[in-house]
Amino acid sequence: MEQTSPYEIFPIGDSALTFDLGNRICSELNQKVIAMQEWFSQHAFEGLKDVILGYSSLTIIYDPFIVHKKNKITKTVFAFVREKLESAFENKIESVSKNGEQVELPVCYDGEFGCDLPFIAETNQLSIEEIIELHLSRIYRVYMMGFLPGFAYMGKIDERIQVARKQKPVDVVAGSVGIAGGQTGIYPLDSPGGWQIIGRTPIKLFDPNTERPVKLKAGQHVRFKRIDVTEFEHLQLV
Amino acid sequence: MSISILRSGVLDTIQDLGRYGYGNQGINIGGPMDTYAMKVANMLVSNAANKAVLEIHFPGPQILFEQNALISLTGADFTPTINGEIVPLWKPLVVRGKSLLMFSHRQSGARCYLAVHGGFCVPQWLNSASTNLKARAGGLEGRKLEKGDEVPLGETNLYYPVLLKEKSVSVLPWSNDRTTVYQYPHEIGFIPGHEWHLLDEEAQQRLLQNNFIIHPSSDRMGYHLRGPEIKPIENFQLISSAVSFGTIQLLPNHQLIILMADHQTTGGYPRIGHVISAHLPKLAQLSASDCLNLKPVDMETAEQLLLVQEKELQIIGNGCTDRMKNAICLA
Repeated sequence: MEQTSPYEIFPIGDSALTFDLGNRICSELNQKVIAMQEWFSQHAFEGLKDVILGYSSLTIIYDPFIVHKKNKITKTVFAFVREKLESAFENKIESVSKNGEQVELPVCYDGEFGCDLPFIAETNQLSIEEIIELHLSRIYRVYMMGFLPGFAYMGKIDERIQVARKQKPVDVVAGSVGIAGGQTGIYPLDSPGGWQIIGRTPIKLFDPNTERPVKLKAGQHVRFKRIDVTEFEHLQLV
Repeated sequence: MSISILRSGVLDTIQDLGRYGYGNQGINIGGPMDTYAMKVANMLVSNAANKAVLEIHFPGPQILFEQNALISLTGADFTPTINGEIVPLWKPLVVRGKSLLMFSHRQSGARCYLAVHGGFCVPQWLNSASTNLKARAGGLEGRKLEKGDEVPLGETNLYYPVLLKEKSVSVLPWSNDRTTVYQYPHEIGFIPGHEWHLLDEEAQQRLLQNNFIIHPSSDRMGYHLRGPEIKPIENFQLISSAVSFGTIQLLPNHQLIILMADHQTTGGYPRIGHVISAHLPKLAQLSASDCLNLKPVDMETAEQLLLVQEKELQIIGNGCTDRMKNAICLA
């Protein structure tokens, strides 16, 4: 009997494939796929177009025509790229001990900025103050970026404040801090969104006109700092 | 060298082949919906494949060419006219300065590509000229073209009078065979996805044996399909991971969506399948109310179809280069 593999590799079409360590939100698995991503940034192969990080997965987007042209392909291009992923997993530099940089983000939870706080308070039988304190009580890991340019998926939040996402997306203002299940995140742009909104940050997490348009990255840690409306308005002007 | 937009169309954006390498920041690839038509458009005017073109939807814009230009139109047929005269698609056209390009009615297809020799010159954002509407960046100020816009064109050393022969538009008499790319336009091949097994035998058959209609809410981000209810066998919880151009997701309302060029980078809905790359061009030319049916394809076949398509593109490209060399005087 073969040993069960710690990972699964499957195609997401004929030009992309996903390496998955398990459908779980877990910092060790996340650290492993970040290490693989770093390995790929130093061992890019011709035809590699993009590498996308998930919570516990890594997806390679490639150009089958270029990979086919530049390499000796005996079976399928898919099989060739799968081998690349397998060797990335074997050769990645273990950086589990390396703690990501910590970023502090100011958040105002007051009034309309935290428009869904009353709903969560009622659903989870907590006071609004308790929800805010529990949200502030942890330092969150940025697991992945996705959905929108600069949207950081962070976790995990305290179980007592976990809440389901909305049935239907509503319009959400840029800077809004939301929670959904075990996750917390910040909308970098005005966008429809289904997460419950508990506050807003005045910090621009996405600005296309700067050299580094996206401020956060996977592996970093975020600590929220509570501010009031006056500070919010002041920081927004900076 | 520039073009002027005298009247805006419904959605006309500058696109090159896309913005690669920023997926891990949540920034998607974007690029043209129909990369095949876009590449041929560039080939016909002796551009590199990645030169920025204009992706046009119907109703289209009115475009004034300020100077002589070598252009091509590929993809959807919106009955293009230059100074009132109908011009063919899929051929190089030489147009005299102060000529007006218009689109009178939609014959077929959903997206038309306008390439101009030298390309459209817009500032690059993250190494690409493609318009990212959501990020409001790339292309022309991150938005669709509007009335009054002037889009600069790249440098050219073509000598046009020889080609124009005193006409206002001159069609260069060569074309290429593209029948295989767009044949059987409603038959869309897909590779079963990781969550295909979330459908039982009956649901799988329902998906394979029925037609789906493209809902009017469809756009560059995705095609919403309307068809029979497709129910998964069990409750499942998926965490977000990457999706791709062509990913077929099952939505909570038991309907399908096919993610298109402007799709978000990650998603958490079950991936029932992925449209094969070779069929993305014809899928991109379907529009609201068109129907399609989904046919399973294995990986080997999908790759072969794509490799053949890419090889044909190379042949077309080489042919265009040779014929252009013979036809024009490079100063």
